[in-house]
Amino acid sequence: MEVTGTWYLVLAAMLFTIGAVGLLIRRNPLVMFMCVELMLNAVNLTFVTFARMLDDVGGQSVVFFVLVIAAVEVVVGLAIIVAIMRRRPGATADDIALLKG
Amino acid sequence: MVELIVFVIGAAVILAGALGVVLTPNTTRAALSLIATLFGVAVLFVAQEAHFLAAVQVIVYAGAIVVLFLFVMMLLGVDSDDDVRSEPLPGQRPAAILGGLAFLAIVLTALLAGGTALTGLSGTLSADSVLSSNIALLGRNLFTEYVFAFEATAVLLTIAVVGAVVLVRRLDAPSDDEEVSN
Repeated sequence: MEVTGTWYLVLAAMLFTIGAVGLLIRRNPLVMFMCVELMLNAVNLTFVTFARMLDDVGGQSVVFFVLVIAAVEVVVGLAIIVAIMRRRPGATADDIALLKG
Repeated sequence: MVELIVFVIGAAVILAGALGVVLTPNTTRAALSLIATLFGVAVLFVAQEAHFLAAVQVIVYAGAIVVLFLFVMMLLGVDSDDDVRSEPLPGQRPAAILGGLAFLAIVLTALLAGGTALTGLSGTLSADSVLSSNIALLGRNLFTEYVFAFEATAVLLTIAVVGAVVLVRRLDAPSDDEEVSN
């Protein structure tokens, strides 16, 4: 049996789904961030797969930028979480509703 | 045959790690499961000849981002388990799972029923026989076609570091200058 690009794409779709469902059902902000990382990794996997299927290294360049953006997002996001948790320990995503009308 | 074995093992590690992140109530265990998933993705990068990205994946993700998560857990003292049983919004959890399955069904239908018709033109970069290695190809692509984006990410990283420092600063703390002079 030969492993085609479609196999990788199916795996990436499953990984993305797990991340999206986790983001919706978990309420701890740290775990929600990890689920975002799962979704980003699924997209990275599709980019690399398409880069190989189309013989174009541009897909890998995009993955490079996604990695940088993921690092930036985690740094700023975790700083916000630390600032919130200091004020009210044990806060979940439901408690952060200051902007609710 | 080798690629099949690598794919199966990598996929098993990825999916087990992802389910571990979502299902375990313990935040530290979720972070460690995330490392498993990231390593599995790195293995599949190697299987698809993206060697540089596999190395960056392990160094940046497993080495920096997950460690950052663990640092924050240590700072905040999150050692108790989450209450995964309680459900403040009734019906939200089944709806989320149902929506996720619907999304997966749509994507799988598009992937598997669409046949092998891959849209898009084949690139020309890999045909360059002078630059055969993956790192050389990627480097040339980054520093020619995407050079402005590359420079912009450098600025973005600097802004993020400054932003993180500003966000976690304590405003009510006594001024640092006095502590240093004492």
